[in-house]
Amino acid sequence: MSALVAAGGVPGLWTLADGQKLQAPDIEYGKLSPTLIVLGAAAVGVVLEAFLPRRSRHVAQVFLALLGLAAAFAAVVGLAASGAGSTKAQIAGMGALAVDGPALFLQGTILLVGIVGVITFAERRLEPRAHGAPVDSFAAQPASVPGGEGEQMAVKAGWTTSEVFPLLLFAVGGMLLFPAANDLLLLFIALEVFSLPLYLLCALARRRRLLSQEAAVKYFLLGAFSSAFLLFGTALLYGYAGTVSYSGIARVVSGADATTDPVLAQTTGNDALLLIGGALVVMGLLFKVGAVPFHMWTPDVYQGAPTPVTGFMAAATKVAAFGALLRLLYVVLPGLRWDWRPVMWGVAILTMLAGAVVAITQTDIKRLLAYSSIAHAGFLLVGTIATSKDGISSVLFYLGAYSFVTLGAFSVVTLVRDAGGEATHLSKWAGLGRRSPLLAGVFAVFLLAFAGIPLTSGFAGKFAVFKAAAEGGAGALVVVGVIASAIAAFFYLRVIVLMFFSEPRADGPSVAVPSVLTSSAIAVGVVVTIVLGVAPQYFLELAGHAGVFVR
Amino acid sequence: MESLIGVLVGAPLLGAAVLLCGGKALDRAGHWLGTLLAAASFVVGAVLFFGMLGRAGDDRAMHSHLWSWIPVDGFRADVAFQLDQLSMTFVLLITGVGTLIHVYSIGYMEHDERRRRFFGYLNLFLAAMLLLVLADNFLLLYVGWEGVGLASYLLIGFWQHKPSAATAAKKAFLVNRVGDAGLAIAIFLMFTTFGSFAFAPVLANAGDASEGKLTAIGLMLLLAACGKSAQVPLQSWLGDAMEGPTPVSALIHAATMVTAGVYLITRSGAIFNGAPDAQLAVVVVGAVTLLFGAIVGCAKDDIKKALAGSTMSQIGYMILAAGLGPVGYAFAIMHLVTHGFFKAGLFLGAGSVMHGMNDEVDMRRYGGLRKYMPVTFVTFGLGYLAIIGFPGLSGFFSKDQIIEAAFGKGGTQGWILGGVALLGAAITAYYMTRVMIMTFFGEERWRTERTPSPDRPDVEPAASVRGEHAEPHPHESPGVMTIPMIVLAIGSVAAGAVFKLGDSFVNWLEPVTQFEHGHPPVSATVVTTATIVALVIGVGAAWLQYGRRPVPAVAPRGNLLTRAARRDLLQDDFNHAVLVTGGTHLTRSLVYTDNKVVDGAVNGTAAAFGGLSGRLRRVQNGFARTYAVSMFGGAAVLIAATLLMRAV
Repeated sequence: MSALVAAGGVPGLWTLADGQKLQAPDIEYGKLSPTLIVLGAAAVGVVLEAFLPRRSRHVAQVFLALLGLAAAFAAVVGLAASGAGSTKAQIAGMGALAVDGPALFLQGTILLVGIVGVITFAERRLEPRAHGAPVDSFAAQPASVPGGEGEQMAVKAGWTTSEVFPLLLFAVGGMLLFPAANDLLLLFIALEVFSLPLYLLCALARRRRLLSQEAAVKYFLLGAFSSAFLLFGTALLYGYAGTVSYSGIARVVSGADATTDPVLAQTTGNDALLLIGGALVVMGLLFKVGAVPFHMWTPDVYQGAPTPVTGFMAAATKVAAFGALLRLLYVVLPGLRWDWRPVMWGVAILTMLAGAVVAITQTDIKRLLAYSSIAHAGFLLVGTIATSKDGISSVLFYLGAYSFVTLGAFSVVTLVRDAGGEATHLSKWAGLGRRSPLLAGVFAVFLLAFAGIPLTSGFAGKFAVFKAAAEGGAGALVVVGVIASAIAAFFYLRVIVLMFFSEPRADGPSVAVPSVLTSSAIAVGVVVTIVLGVAPQYFLELAGHAGVFVR
Repeated sequence: MESLIGVLVGAPLLGAAVLLCGGKALDRAGHWLGTLLAAASFVVGAVLFFGMLGRAGDDRAMHSHLWSWIPVDGFRADVAFQLDQLSMTFVLLITGVGTLIHVYSIGYMEHDERRRRFFGYLNLFLAAMLLLVLADNFLLLYVGWEGVGLASYLLIGFWQHKPSAATAAKKAFLVNRVGDAGLAIAIFLMFTTFGSFAFAPVLANAGDASEGKLTAIGLMLLLAACGKSAQVPLQSWLGDAMEGPTPVSALIHAATMVTAGVYLITRSGAIFNGAPDAQLAVVVVGAVTLLFGAIVGCAKDDIKKALAGSTMSQIGYMILAAGLGPVGYAFAIMHLVTHGFFKAGLFLGAGSVMHGMNDEVDMRRYGGLRKYMPVTFVTFGLGYLAIIGFPGLSGFFSKDQIIEAAFGKGGTQGWILGGVALLGAAITAYYMTRVMIMTFFGEERWRTERTPSPDRPDVEPAASVRGEHAEPHPHESPGVMTIPMIVLAIGSVAAGAVFKLGDSFVNWLEPVTQFEHGHPPVSATVVTTATIVALVIGVGAAWLQYGRRPVPAVAPRGNLLTRAARRDLLQDDFNHAVLVTGGTHLTRSLVYTDNKVVDGAVNGTAAAFGGLSGRLRRVQNGFARTYAVSMFGGAAVLIAATLLMRAV
């Protein structure tokens, strides 16, 4: 803008000086189509919400969301097939976005997770019908006071919050940008684009609304705090390098780019700015992946949020955030490897151990899975720290495997219910294997996958990250990882023992019979878990081909 | 020609697959299919045999490579066959006797509703046994070795509704595991010593290996042979194995499978030749078992168990001969073949007797049966004459040569071994005469009732008293059963003379097993005379005891040795005292250690983590401000750590 002002006489804000033409940004729409499709569908969803009658919104929104996500996934596959992930990887969108192997792989994963997420959001068979209308897991009228008159009226009218589908689409859109962001500002914008809808979604539980709202507020406050870290770090890095683009910062770090903006002459090349700024940006991302000591929101939010949201969030956020973390560490900061590696070692060790140890004494299945997700963030950090091509691909594979197990596990949680809604207290799960052997068996498969037992995807993923880390010289870290896995196995197996070897309680929960939606979400989880466990080779190779970042 | 070798194994294997996987539709014709495929295998064997006779001695071995089983760098396991004179001998014995027993079983198992399955198992056995003797490497031999073990297990426990049969099958399986472990270790040692386990490289290079290694391999092979051939100390399963149907006892537990140990030692001759200590162990095992089985055979009233003791004893002879080295290999195999004929014949005869006596096995319930079962009597009698070594019959030639070779070992060892073999011959004559008299001569004891007396409360009431069957009406068996018995009787009579004539059998095997003439301290005539004297003493003693006096329908209490022999010379008591009690104590102490030490450590660790978890959990107090402080503190620490890393 300053250039414009300097060039012409006194141009207004909306006018250009004579003879000047605004350079139209060069946007590769084809390459960015997955994100554009999803965001477009989300916008259409908002319009539908405004114009369609309440009765027909649910079906229309579900259809639109699935269509948008499927089209975006097709676009990702098309891009990958045309070589955009390997030979023709490039920086697009005026240097703001990378279209390369890891980005496409993660976008594909996020879109699949989103599709399964929409399916679980759409389930309307589990809650008892409210005055004749089928309802889902979301509040009838989120703006009403919990327990108040407004809520009662909304329930009576059979309302549901069909806005969750556009919200999910916006979140997915942000998540698609997040691992592809090649610019710190875009990284921040993507973070906010996917975080804000998630905060809202967390507050929308139909049952236990106060818990849900408390979770949303906590998530929002702490999320805003961590965004501040990220933004401050961005500012410091700009001060250091004079640019917010990844490749620009990387060039300054490696000393390849000696030209400095005179305005920033005093700060450019100041290593303290680089180190502190880099650390702050990384911390912003560590918050999103739920690494110690930025993990404390996880159990509260996982427990309070509506369970379908928890499943979607636990899977998709982790994929997006690890994608962004990988790109930051491998593209921007490889020159600083000897500075951040020891610190990340410490974070990984703390995360694995704290997640596994604290999970031992949890009594609520959702909190248990939350701590489990913290431990898994630690395992993923082990692969991230490997700083090798194998490290990248092993993390990509692990993310794909982990997200489907998580979706499946939380879907199972939605089915075990008593009069108060979902029966999440572990003591109520005693003897579930005798009442519903199929459901308990499926959950046992997921737990075994979380524990990393061979023939499940969890084993293949864990083996891949540990192997990459060991070959990258982080043997000690692998030892800690194996110990943490052993501790974690205890609480996973404890649930299996509880389900199959305890007497069922007389007042125990019943297992709801889901519609084809949740059933298929669970079935997808089981199939992916077993296929990736029994025959991981093809997918490992796929992740292996996708393991190179464009710079 | 080579491709026919695969057919030998393939035909019965196909039969097993079809009969075991096929449904009830095969019930009516299944036994014929099984018999036909066994006969087909025999015909192929005969064709190959005549083809082999047409070639010169050193050129007779044939090889057939089917496929590479495990082709890995530095490790080759092939599915390949070797058919030489030694294998050929076994092939003819297995398929010949096997086919006869298939035919016999058609009659014997006629009323069993699971007859199709029975023939499936028999075919499976034939396939496994042929694989064992045709393999050209020890690994494939091991496959056959385990295969026959499996078939034996399935057939001993064929009447699994009887707890005694199920237990006997389990016992046989477990005892055989010990021997199988020996074979596995022997193969491991071969691989580390020779880098291969194919016969050709192992046996050709045996001379270059150190004696210690050869001794170790030899002892492990001997352990394997002890398990499969029921030699002391792994003999305890054979007597119980008689719980299986009698054709099984005849084929597997008399004629073929139990002789696999003799085959193994003979086949590995080159290894034993370089390991005198292992050879000594072999002859000691053979000599001990020879007497052990004979003594047990004297005390048993169950006709099949008496014959089982006899089998053990006769295999003892073969092992003894095989332990003598090139002097004895050919004689061991020759006795193996003749024994295959007469022992299979004796078992089939016993089966025929049981068939006519409502499945009664107690010889004290027999007597005077020669009138009712003339064919069985004559064929059994010829088998009897053959086994005791009646001059001119097959056992005479084969056993006499082993005794001669035992004396030829030289020195004190020679005298001891020769003496034991001679004593064994006398005892053999004794117990076989006893069986013969108790079964076919004397009073018709089945007509008298028998009930447990206060004196002998352990006596089981006769089957008719138990109310299971009516009083028996002894009768001759149908032709389908007697014809195999007749064929085997002919073999029992003639085989020895044919083999002995011009040393044809020794010359036939010589290219494979080598042959040396022994040097007995006394002339062959003296040894033969002594053998005949021993035979007469044995027969006479039995006649004095059982022929002159009536046989009591309830066995007398007997002296200490008799009672011990009745209990199989306390083999099970020994195993129980040493292995079971010892094993129980071992597991108890291990369980104690596991509970106190291992579990203590594990539970302590778990408790420690649980306590830690409980403390850490309290940090999660639910206040967003606390969480924010923790993030802020964490951020400060991480930044400080990052800067510190740069500083150092």
